[in-house]
Amino acid sequence: MGERMHDIRLSVNGVPHAATVPARRLLSDCLRHDLGLTGTHVGCEHGVCGACTVLVDGRPARSCLMLAVGAEGHELTTVEGLADPGGPLHPVQQAFRECHGLQCGFCTPGFLTLIAAYLEEHPDPTEAEAREAVAGNLCRCTGYTNIVAAVLRAAELRRAGPAAVPEPAVPAEERP
Amino acid sequence: MKPPAFDYHAPETLAEAVRVLAETAPHGSVLAGGQSLIPLLNMRLAAPRHVVDITRVPGLDRVGTGTGGVTVGALVRHTDLAADPAAAEAVPLLRQGLRLVAHPVIRNRGTTVGSIAHADPSAEMAAALALLGGEVRVANAAGTRTIAAADLFTGYLETSLERGELITAAFFPAQGPATGSAFAEVARRHGDYAVCGVAALVALDPDLRITGAKAAYLSMGPTPAVLDLTEAVAGLVPAHGPVAPGDSDRYAAAGDLAAARTGPDAAADIHATAEYRTHLARVLTVRALREAGAHAVSRATERAAAGAGRA
Ligand SMILES: Cc1cc2nc3c(=O)[nH]c(=O)nc-3n(C[C@H](O)[C@H](O)[C@H](O)COP(=O)(O)OP(=O)(O)OC[C@H]3O[C@@H](n4cnc5c(N)ncnc54)[C@H](O)[C@@H]3O)c2cc1C
Ligand code: FES
Ligand code: FES
Repeated sequence: MGERMHDIRLSVNGVPHAATVPARRLLSDCLRHDLGLTGTHVGCEHGVCGACTVLVDGRPARSCLMLAVGAEGHELTTVEGLADPGGPLHPVQQAFRECHGLQCGFCTPGFLTLIAAYLEEHPDPTEAEAREAVAGNLCRCTGYTNIVAAVLRAAELRRAGPAAVPEPAVPAEERP
Repeated sequence: MKPPAFDYHAPETLAEAVRVLAETAPHGSVLAGGQSLIPLLNMRLAAPRHVVDITRVPGLDRVGTGTGGVTVGALVRHTDLAADPAAAEAVPLLRQGLRLVAHPVIRNRGTTVGSIAHADPSAEMAAALALLGGEVRVANAAGTRTIAAADLFTGYLETSLERGELITAAFFPAQGPATGSAFAEVARRHGDYAVCGVAALVALDPDLRITGAKAAYLSMGPTPAVLDLTEAVAGLVPAHGPVAPGDSDRYAAAGDLAAARTGPDAAADIHATAEYRTHLARVLTVRALREAGAHAVSRATERAAAGAGRA
């Protein structure tokens, strides 16, 4: 007997998507395999590392701890949705680039989505608050110092407004 | 590590949820915030044949605060309970404990009632329910019933809930104007499950002398143990600053009592030996009692000031 499949509709980064999945399909796998949105990374699959963090109705959530069938009716934002293709980087992305907030990049999508949502509610964190804000996500490379610096820099860029975010140095056609 | 196959049900009313649970019992699991169940599925530690997702059931997402206490619906997320000002005023222990439940990202999805149903002896909200002497409201195919916290937690991840039953709400009794509370815990990292944790309640008389002291213990046995420590500290006047030498002996005695009572149930794991946990229970008892005492003084004097302002 085959596994029952569910036809679901998900709204990801403002774009409607349809997929046919078994009930046990994790949202993280649905995003990556069914929708091809491989920006969301998968590390531990039990809620500990934060690499799979996406926004559900604007709030950060572990996509490895949600079923795809349970995500219907919610607005999802993945790392791909932070900046418009070809447009300027999101302030958090710009800050990570300036502060060297990443090395291998495996943890980065989770940090970017987390911090983007955090700054919406806490536009002017102290360093201690910035450190606590990222404490639930793991990074094996950076030692966190540059990630904390990037949170503070992103807050600065946000407060200064879009004009403060320079155009990316990489020509649009060379970016993925 | 992916979940094993299961049939998925998404009932849209409470009656339908209870019916599906009854029909599939004992093979159905309730899915609320998924922050404990989905890790268990991913690690294949649980393999229910049916998963009943209750998140579409209307009416379970409310926090109701009255003079008697705070009623928390089954779909209220930790984040939303912590943000509720009326609940924090009636039962300050809730916000004090919720701050220590995992990380904000987990609290955004995890429900307070789900954490009580999951009955992890390291769970702050299970300890809070036990310490306050709260209860859960349960729906089943026959109707509804209420289970007192003292009868709910029966073992490690075990409750007296029958298969096919659903908790619709948890009720936390109000703390009272001269009752302070505090949570003290040690975790490997901020947001991790506590290696040992203590939740304390301290009640004062009008002269600000301690008339009652209780504490609940996290990670010190299969269920959240509640101890009455009144005898050790009765009559003391809690202080915000350093304690008088005579008083510190009394607090130390409360710590010793806690260590003697909780130590025998303490287990060793990769994070701590049983001896270390017992040591933490002793030290954290003193810390939590003193903080709860200072909090009680603040609550009592604020109340008195508010009363004088009105007069
Ligand atoms: C990385 C990580 C760290 C964590 N750290 C902590 C911590 O420090 N302290 C802490 O307390 N918790 C911690 N948690 C757990 C978290 O608090 C969960 O939210 C909580 O344990 C379960 O709530 P839930 O809504 O997610 O329940 P679910 O995962 O949906 O369900 C958990 C269990 O309860 C049952 N259940 C749920 N709701 C009901 C109901 N209404 N009626 C009957 N049964 C029900 C389910 O069938 C299942 O067996 C952590 C989780 C993670 C992933
Ligand atoms: S993959 Fe989801 S938290 Fe690690
Ligand atoms: S940059 Fe490599 S894990 Fe964070």
